Amino acid sequence: MPRGQVASTPSEAEAVCRDLGGKAVVKAQVHAGGRGKAGGIKVVNSPQEAHDFAASLIGSRLVTAQTGPEGVPVQKVLVEEPAQVARELYLALTVDRAFQGPVFIASAAGGMEIEEVSATDPEKITNEGVDIAVGFQPFQGRRVSHALGLETYQVRPATRIMTAIYKLFMDQDCSLVEINPLIVTANGNLVAVDAKINLEDDALFRHPELVSLADPEQEDPLEVEASQSGISYVKLKGTVGCLVNGAGLAMATMDLVKEAGTAPANFLDVGGSADEDKVAKAVNIMLSDPSVKRILVNIFGGILKSDVVARGIVKAYSQREAKIPLVVRMQGTNVEEGRQILADSGLNVSFASTLIEVEEKLKTALP
Amino acid sequence: MSILVNEDTRLVVQGITGREGSFHAMRCIEYGTKVVAGVTPGRGGRVFNDGIPVFEAVERAVKETGANTSLLFVPAPFAQDAMLEAAEAGVEVIVCIAEGVPVLDSARVLRYLHSRGSRLIGPNCPGLISPGAKCKVGIMPGAIHKPGRVGVVSRSGTLTYEAVSQLSALGIGQSTCVGIGGDPLIGTNFVDVLALFDKDPETDLVVLIGEIGGAMEQEAAQYIKESFSKPVVSFIAGATAPPGKRMGHAGAIITGAAATAEAKNVALKEAGAHVVPSPGAIGATVKSVLGR
Repeated sequence: MPRGQVASTPSEAEAVCRDLGGKAVVKAQVHAGGRGKAGGIKVVNSPQEAHDFAASLIGSRLVTAQTGPEGVPVQKVLVEEPAQVARELYLALTVDRAFQGPVFIASAAGGMEIEEVSATDPEKITNEGVDIAVGFQPFQGRRVSHALGLETYQVRPATRIMTAIYKLFMDQDCSLVEINPLIVTANGNLVAVDAKINLEDDALFRHPELVSLADPEQEDPLEVEASQSGISYVKLKGTVGCLVNGAGLAMATMDLVKEAGTAPANFLDVGGSADEDKVAKAVNIMLSDPSVKRILVNIFGGILKSDVVARGIVKAYSQREAKIPLVVRMQGTNVEEGRQILADSGLNVSFASTLIEVEEKLKTALP
Repeated sequence: MSILVNEDTRLVVQGITGREGSFHAMRCIEYGTKVVAGVTPGRGGRVFNDGIPVFEAVERAVKETGANTSLLFVPAPFAQDAMLEAAEAGVEVIVCIAEGVPVLDSARVLRYLHSRGSRLIGPNCPGLISPGAKCKVGIMPGAIHKPGRVGVVSRSGTLTYEAVSQLSALGIGQSTCVGIGGDPLIGTNFVDVLALFDKDPETDLVVLIGEIGGAMEQEAAQYIKESFSKPVVSFIAGATAPPGKRMGHAGAIITGAAATAEAKNVALKEAGAHVVPSPGAIGATVKSVLGR
């Protein structure tokens, strides 16, 4: 790794740059890749330049290819010594679905998005699957090193890096460890100049110490609020809020909204075992999104009963005194009771029995 | 006939004394499934529902009751252990319902299963049901199903119920419905299930419900093109999903060109599948294909 330090203010960045001898690379610290192209990384030639660039970044929002159009806030920058780059490589470890286990992905075209390389120069990418029962083996490190065109004396350090990545990946339940670029310096050393580590949400229960690293500032506030309530919610750009149970049906419902000629405001899976409060919470989240002009409820209830859903909706609407019209399609247990609750509520509700009817209702009502 | 579960299925429910386990075990029994045993470590010796013995270990349940299929209601952190225990005991079909099993746990389980004869369905799935055999091994609402000759295979839960109820409403029954699960690593994929349906003389057509993420639908398309002899009606959920965002299911995330609904639909269309553009038209499409 190159020498360097994280700075939260422009003057700290200036001081770190001075310590490094006056020349440095300043990098925005955000939970997204694609920073270079987005103007979040710069080589600076003086402490003053480090100060000025840091001042322009800290407090701003950085929009990269991996963030939404609203970008993510920059609160810190990393100031590190510039490297003498001879070659840039790409090295990552992730779980591959087809291989059903961890696979190293390496490419001689470092510094670029791996997606781009696989589209333009797939022959530059090498994959090395690891048998999870025996772990990563040195011969695999040699094989990857050769594929990357490393010199003989670089094979052992490269293998050491891969062994360390594998250990980190398995010990911490990562879903991605990516070094991009892994550079070969002018004097032949391997240096990890930039890294990205994704932790697997489902395994965080094994790593309580890592939970505190989460930075909610880097995420959409409504998405954070939803996930704290056990609701899967993703903000989208349309105007129709969607309340659904089940991820597949939630996606299909979004697609249906699109087929009807409008657009979904969100993905929302309230889950199979939701109660009245959780439904109310979900509706509240949608109602607090100013772009939502209508709400579509599509519940295929088994364990989740329609009357419970109806009560949750009415609760949220009355708390907010909301008037946004609803299209409601419920199937399964206690449907009649659920419909009655909504019909008696005074809310602007139109009912549908099938998805075809939902589509028709969406086409007729409102813009 | 049907695939994977039928009249010969002898079910052991792992986690039968828990809230979810006991609730769903009862629904399976009511549907007609032969539930022969339960397993809850620490609760061995109890009797469930006036006659179903509860054992300490799957191995005992298999030995004493001839259980050949297991349905797991075990929280995600303990699912690896329960799946491995069932496989080690020689259970033929293991169905894991839990959502949120760490992906490396699934990788370890799948690696172990390579050396065993067991088949895993899931994790993160609703299970499977063969209405003609009155055999339900899962959490789907039994009442929406009808015996018949259409096979269903899907990565989703409620979207499968939606498709099934469209079929049943049109009088089209099902041979077997298999929810393979919404995780990135699952024990049984589309191709595995299609191969079983291909050999099943009582399945005439297969409904395949996929979603964004991975390339399993493309593998299915390749298989359909090369070796599958029956018509396929397909729907892919997530045409409107943005890239890079997980859509509820751990496996439903667009991480490359192949992972989009569009790419999957193109592949399936090329393979000769009847691609349904809107989720409301799954039943009607099956009806028109069967009517030809």
